[in-house]
Amino acid sequence: MKQFDYTIKDPLGIHARPAGLLAKLAKGFGDTVVTITKDGNTVKASQLMKVMGMGIKTGNTITIAAEGPAEDEAIEGVKKFLEENL
Amino acid sequence: MILLQGKGVSKGVTSGPIYFFRRSDATVTKYDAPDQAAEKARLAAAQEKSIEQLNRLADKCREEAGDEAAILFETHAMFVEDEDYVEAIMDTLAEEGCNVEYAVQCAGEQFAAMFAAMDDAYMQARAADIRDVTGRILNNLMGVVEGGIDSDVPVVLAADDLAPSETLQLDKSKILGFMTQGGSGNSHTAILARTMGIPAICGLGESLKTEMEGRIAYIDGETGKVALEPDEITLTAYNAKLKKQQEMKVLMDTMKGQKDVTLDGREILVYCNIGSPDDLPAVLNNDGQGIGLFRSEFLYLKATDFPDEETQFKAYKAVAEGLNGKRVVIRTLDIGADKQVSYFDMKKEENPALGVRAIRICLNRPEIFRTQLRALYRASAYGKVAIMFPMITSVWEVKECKRACAKVMEELKAEGIPFNPETEIGIMIETPASIFVADALAKEVDFFSVGTNDLTQYTLACDRQANDLGKFFDPHHPAVLRAIKIAADAAHAAGIWIGICGELGADISLLETFLAIGIDELSVSPSSVLPLRAAIRKSIAKTCTLEKLES
Repeated sequence: MKQFDYTIKDPLGIHARPAGLLAKLAKGFGDTVVTITKDGNTVKASQLMKVMGMGIKTGNTITIAAEGPAEDEAIEGVKKFLEENL
Repeated sequence: MILLQGKGVSKGVTSGPIYFFRRSDATVTKYDAPDQAAEKARLAAAQEKSIEQLNRLADKCREEAGDEAAILFETHAMFVEDEDYVEAIMDTLAEEGCNVEYAVQCAGEQFAAMFAAMDDAYMQARAADIRDVTGRILNNLMGVVEGGIDSDVPVVLAADDLAPSETLQLDKSKILGFMTQGGSGNSHTAILARTMGIPAICGLGESLKTEMEGRIAYIDGETGKVALEPDEITLTAYNAKLKKQQEMKVLMDTMKGQKDVTLDGREILVYCNIGSPDDLPAVLNNDGQGIGLFRSEFLYLKATDFPDEETQFKAYKAVAEGLNGKRVVIRTLDIGADKQVSYFDMKKEENPALGVRAIRICLNRPEIFRTQLRALYRASAYGKVAIMFPMITSVWEVKECKRACAKVMEELKAEGIPFNPETEIGIMIETPASIFVADALAKEVDFFSVGTNDLTQYTLACDRQANDLGKFFDPHHPAVLRAIKIAADAAHAAGIWIGICGELGADISLLETFLAIGIDELSVSPSSVLPLRAAIRKSIAKTCTLEKLES
């Protein structure tokens, strides 16, 4: 399993639009599962409503983890997405 | 008179019969459905149909309201297939052995409630998205056709709150304005009303009653007021606002695409003043012929440290490209006086308006100047950029500015970075000194632009920040107008153009004076472009006189 921490910079936090794009991205790594953890709660990044339901705000630090055959690729992809969008 | 007070979220006034938005009345009833496989197949079909509709809506939206709104519908399409949402539906089906409509409704309520309970206003508003998606799936399950407005005349559409897809599917030719019980400035009704340019009032609460249907409402999207059977005072005020709005509308429609030319054929450039790249759509929507003043201060004012070259370059490039070959005059930083920035670490001054401000900072601190000039020249490769220096009093200042420009151009050339070596250089005419030496200054630059606010302040010795100077601070003072004429004569003698980028440019009562002086360009706020154009097209330049310069 690979993981990294990221602090949200977007003033709206993880709102609907990037959450949707992130869910789409996270589904694209086959059997590799990407998760988001905040304050001990973990959900899959592909679970759009659950991700939004975490209410991740600007300044919050989240942990992204990936497990599976494409975990390196998934971590890279999600990192790039977060830096560009959130 | 009945007066309702809500929150105005999209400007404009209108009046018309109230019409309550009708949702499909199909109510969901629960019943036993022994053939669960058939229920699941119905769900799959309804999901597929919903996604198809949402993608179509996204396409439509992309054309009408832009990308941001389109992505919303694409997100809705993802909600339809969201694994937790679908799992909740499946759980209900398995536990209750019921029909799929009931299961969908339960899942919708469950997730809408989750969002509604969040402590963040933005997320709370997303409950409406979940209900909207759920309603769509239900409509598709029950074969309900989404309806428009069943009325022959245009109406003021009333609702509890409108879901985004509901707003977009409405027949816009039938809607004069919106009024809703719920919602906020962030609600979809508000956002789409603003995009469509029609008035909207939200948050009317219980005061908006369904029995008001059919009565004539007078609504003002600026003040948030709704009047039924208005009294005379209210009606007079409403009519005055409406008249103004209609005149503007007529101007908008007829003036777009027209030339800024007087009846006797004198062309004058009508440009826009902007403060950031965000103002670009306003320039284009109002058909500005260029940008006469792009204040670069926003880059410095919003930052906590000096903005780097790349940040500046991106902002300048965005505007240069957005104007697509039309002239963009970018003024170098005009910090100091009333615009203070902490990280500039300036000494406290007794008289900051007469202190180290604008070009004086740049010439004292070449490293700050160089960064901005590099960004400006780099942007010059992407459009018709012109560079303008503020607060000029002396010829030597202009020569130093030009030396700094030449140095930056050499650097860029050596680095192989593209730029336009023919980039126009101009100065602000805003000090009495610049008027007295205007002839000498005109030989050094490609254009003048008069900053009337500062020119008035310095010419009349009136602090523009002071509120109690009243009648003494008079931009129409003959001294100010004569100063403009001296600068204009000097400019024309040297064969360069002169514009006005201060507040006075949009003052239609001075248009004839400016035409008589021979001003070549007026740069005004985007919303003033079309009214100014209308006035120019009614003027006859050769009969304009300089009488305002006398006495």
